[in-house]
Amino acid sequence: MSQNTHAPHEPLMRVVKRGETSGRLKIGVRLLAILLALVIDALFIYFVTGLNPFAVYGVMIGGTFSTTMRFSWAMRDLASLLLIGIALAPAFRMRFWNIGAEGQVLMGALATAAVMVYYGGKVPNGLLFTAMLVASILAGALWGFIPAWFKAHFGTNETLFTLMMNYVAIQIVACCVNIWRGQASGLGKLNMKSKAGWFPQIMGQRFTINLIVVAVLTILVFCYLRYSKQGYEIAVVGESENTARYAGINVGRVIIRTMILSGALCGLTGFLIVGGRDQTISTGTAGGNGFTAIIVAWLAKFNTFTMALISFLLIFLEKGAAEIASAYNLNDFASDIIAGIILFCILGSEFFVNYKVVFRSGHKEVG
Amino acid sequence: MDTLIAWILRAIPFGTIIMYGAMGEIVTEKSGNLNLGVPGIMYLGGFAGFASAYLYENTAQNPNMVFCVALALVCAFLAAMAGGLIYSFLTISLRANQNVTGLALTTFGMGVANFFGVYILDGRTATQSMVYKTFQTKLPVLSGWGVLGQTVFGYGFMVYAAIVLAILLHVFLNRTRTGLNLRAIGENPATADAAGISVTRYKYLATCLGAGISGLGGIYYVLDYNQGIWATTGQIEALGWLAVALVIFTTWKPLNAIWGSYLFGLLYWLYQFMPTLMGFSVPGYITDLIQMVPYVVTIVVLVVTSLRKKREDQPPASLGLAYFREER
Amino acid sequence: MEHAIELRHITKTFGRVTANHDVSLSVRQGEILSLLGENGSGKTTLMNMIAGIYYPDSGEILVGGKPVEIRSPKDAYALGIGMVHQHFKLIDVFTAVENIALVMDRHDKYDLKAIRAKARAICDRYAFDIDLDQKVYEMSVSQKQTLEIIKMLFRGAQILILDEPTAVLTPQETERLFCVMRNMKADGKSIIIITHKLHEVLEISDRVAILRKGEYVDTIETAGASESTLTELMVGKKVELNIERPEPTNRHLRLSVHNLSVTNAEGVKVLDQVSFEAFSGEILGIAGISGNGQKELLEAIAGLQTTDPESSVLYYPDDDRDSTAEQLIGKTPKDIRGMGVHLSFVPEDRLGMGLVGSMGMVDNMMLKSYGKGHSFLADRREPRHLAEEIKDELDVVTPSVTTPVSRLSGGNVQKVLVGREIAAGPSVLMTAYAVRGLDINTSYTIYHLLNEQKKKGVAILYVGEDLDVLIDLCDRILVLCGGRNNGIVEGRKTNKEEVGLLMTRLQEKGDIA
Repeated sequence: MSQNTHAPHEPLMRVVKRGETSGRLKIGVRLLAILLALVIDALFIYFVTGLNPFAVYGVMIGGTFSTTMRFSWAMRDLASLLLIGIALAPAFRMRFWNIGAEGQVLMGALATAAVMVYYGGKVPNGLLFTAMLVASILAGALWGFIPAWFKAHFGTNETLFTLMMNYVAIQIVACCVNIWRGQASGLGKLNMKSKAGWFPQIMGQRFTINLIVVAVLTILVFCYLRYSKQGYEIAVVGESENTARYAGINVGRVIIRTMILSGALCGLTGFLIVGGRDQTISTGTAGGNGFTAIIVAWLAKFNTFTMALISFLLIFLEKGAAEIASAYNLNDFASDIIAGIILFCILGSEFFVNYKVVFRSGHKEVG
Repeated sequence: MDTLIAWILRAIPFGTIIMYGAMGEIVTEKSGNLNLGVPGIMYLGGFAGFASAYLYENTAQNPNMVFCVALALVCAFLAAMAGGLIYSFLTISLRANQNVTGLALTTFGMGVANFFGVYILDGRTATQSMVYKTFQTKLPVLSGWGVLGQTVFGYGFMVYAAIVLAILLHVFLNRTRTGLNLRAIGENPATADAAGISVTRYKYLATCLGAGISGLGGIYYVLDYNQGIWATTGQIEALGWLAVALVIFTTWKPLNAIWGSYLFGLLYWLYQFMPTLMGFSVPGYITDLIQMVPYVVTIVVLVVTSLRKKREDQPPASLGLAYFREER
Repeated sequence: MEHAIELRHITKTFGRVTANHDVSLSVRQGEILSLLGENGSGKTTLMNMIAGIYYPDSGEILVGGKPVEIRSPKDAYALGIGMVHQHFKLIDVFTAVENIALVMDRHDKYDLKAIRAKARAICDRYAFDIDLDQKVYEMSVSQKQTLEIIKMLFRGAQILILDEPTAVLTPQETERLFCVMRNMKADGKSIIIITHKLHEVLEISDRVAILRKGEYVDTIETAGASESTLTELMVGKKVELNIERPEPTNRHLRLSVHNLSVTNAEGVKVLDQVSFEAFSGEILGIAGISGNGQKELLEAIAGLQTTDPESSVLYYPDDDRDSTAEQLIGKTPKDIRGMGVHLSFVPEDRLGMGLVGSMGMVDNMMLKSYGKGHSFLADRREPRHLAEEIKDELDVVTPSVTTPVSRLSGGNVQKVLVGREIAAGPSVLMTAYAVRGLDINTSYTIYHLLNEQKKKGVAILYVGEDLDVLIDLCDRILVLCGGRNNGIVEGRKTNKEEVGLLMTRLQEKGDIA
């Protein structure tokens, strides 16, 4: 065909959807994206601070890997982030935009703390832990149930609803913290003397239980989504509500059930954070992980093992940035910038996995 | 009476911050882009505005305060637009998911503002730019008219600019061709495209200009409301989310943002004035619950509009969705 | 005669699917050209390239003899090209005037009053009945189409493309549309009308261009054409509909539908007191212009539609009229399955309702049966087995049984769907437009499968659009018109004229036997 006669008039570039994407391309594109992000970050570090980026990256690696203690702290924070990501996976698989993880975690944490405050030392430890666990799961589930119920019955926009629920939760937590601290300036660790409700130390750390739970849930939720009947229903509802109805699936029920599960897992995370990590509660207990986990869950495309990788990458960055901060007298906010740039690059790279760009001269492909 | 006045004097400036944030987001969302990066954008705007004013007044021999105000406004607008540009490039050109990109932008914006903020703070916990006095300049004669002057004319110019902007946006969206085109894109980009409207250009412009407007909320917070004090806080983030809530509350109509934002302001400050106004005092923890009210009210509005299903009150139909002409 | 628009060697592919291959055709100034072709022959894709919705992979377009680039609808407008799409390009929350303002030339002043006046003038001239200040979401389908045409006239289109405009219109509305088209032609405008209704082609057009499977076949003068020559060009060979039709054996009452009414979300009665009976070992055809309640009828029986009070669908499980009948109304699809009623349904929207596009054959096999057993986990061994079986028996072309079905061609998608529904061992099988978009061979495979089921004693409801097929395949044909049962005819005794008449003209209630 005579391309040359009118080639100059063709648009400079066009975007064409890829027919099929090979696994190698998918991984390659993402690795390139991270590489690009690291280059941008290096430039940023160099121009802002004048430091040698490679030396800085070296220090950064130390943030997670320099000592066993550092590494175990990184694992502790990874557990919180990854757990929330796992909790979000069923909702996202269903295309239900649960932006409310932060609030669901907080409610779970609050319920845990409440049990600790009111029953700590008054009931046997086994009963106390059970009560904390159950209360946290119920509280998180309730926070997931409310927007889901309205979505299922009236089609209320879930993105905005769950977003608002976060702030309702934050204010409730602020209120309770205010009550519990009384005249003191801060709440401090709960049950400081009796240590009631504190997770036992295993291998020297209270958060060892958190690590075990997150490992188990990574596998369980993966299997739940991939092999269970409910996981199948979630996938069908997420693809097309019409098909789901045709198949005899009660769409509203699946939406509510899945969000209760998602909220309950978030609540459980709150329990683990309070019992195993913080032993106290504040409006910052979830620490923005509820939002970061949304990015983790989305990028991992509902695969909990991929989530573990991405969570690790983000935690690694955060720890690294903190390390840079103390080593070079910078501040921790560098980690937000570095993480932001990496997220932008990975988000942008998805495009090249799904589409290819065709340029005017010849048919060169980029992607 | 004095309490009521004091309450209003607190509520209106507070409302103004989120009014800017919300108006910017309305423009953005009218193009179909749900930008959850508003808090980050307000951070960018607030910091850029503050930093430019601060650096100017500390380096210039005879700083001209009017120029300083203009400089701060322009810098805030541009910095916020840059945030909008990142969002636009990722979601419009690269079709990244809007929710996720917005959240990443919030992290990024907060990081940038606070990271560079530390350099300006230079070891202190807070620092002040004197330009706030110019920002807070009241209308000369009118503000002297007793109670009326105090409550209606007793604010800095950006309070009135916000009202004017809301009216202009209303006229723009409902009375101009560009506004009609923009609304069409938010409702149904394929239709707008078929009508020969450049969807990509509109989305870019609406999102970037919307971000710029949101950014003005950040600068108003720092240089007027907060008396020119920059400190590393999470306050702007909370304000940003409140602005997102306000958008829903207004059912995407700029005129509603005027009274809606003041209402949010009244609710926000209710806790401080309730004891004297209502005649009974409340313990401290109740104030936290009262601060929850704007969010609860927003949820109620969200539910009621979805119940009534009145077409005019619904979010733009394509909100949150990427548009690709050759999709099939 | 000068060519208003000319296409040369146009090719367009989507992924691995070629929608148009090396198509060349031209439209003269002041003529009405029919673009004829079966479903899926690439008519709409081709027109979308003229309208700037798609961009061709190769080839060129000439307008008024000059090569042009149409990168966007805006470019198309500038060249005086306007297209009325099958799915209207209207903004629901806007008024008619606002929708018109949307396409106005950017150099004209934005003045809604002036626009209204000008639009009013166009309405008066063609006797369009439309309230210009009404919101689109309050309009009927034909009002929306009218608005689309007004929009194009307002914009001063010289070349007008209409994509299956009559599919949604009543005969009277169609006549009015044709009248408008003739007036526009008299004004010197060129019109391309996409359709697959042959009598309309013969009635309205000057020439007919025919596409077959994405390729250009020929353009002929309408004056020298007949339905049979056109059909031959369209399908490639003379349609010898040699569909097998075994005599019903062991015929027993299976479904008794009584007073079935459905009111849709807009408050329109889309099904109005429909009553009929369906028998085992028989194919009951359901004819009607699309959108006359066919979809709602099948969905109501399948438990997917809310029905009005007093609707009744009785299912007779045994081959005995006096046996205990089961009421299906008010039951969900799951309830119906739970009652042991084997009701299979091949819906019109294959990938949007019958199958999950992003899942492979295996996962699609279990769509209705995944809940079997008490295990918490879903069993995938049986579905995999079934998928392999269907793949082999029906020659489904797919790289593997786990490849997402949305990647398969339309025919293979339908084989997967029909295969699954038949594998469920139905006692009632309902199909909606089962052969739409399929090639002749696949269509015959489907007819054959239906006849097999009929011989097994299944009661089959076959909603179709091709009258030849309906008359050759079905034992009885129920004709829907305006949501009402407009009469049931014997497939062996009736003819196209009779059915066609029933489709377009509502009988008085007393007329129905």
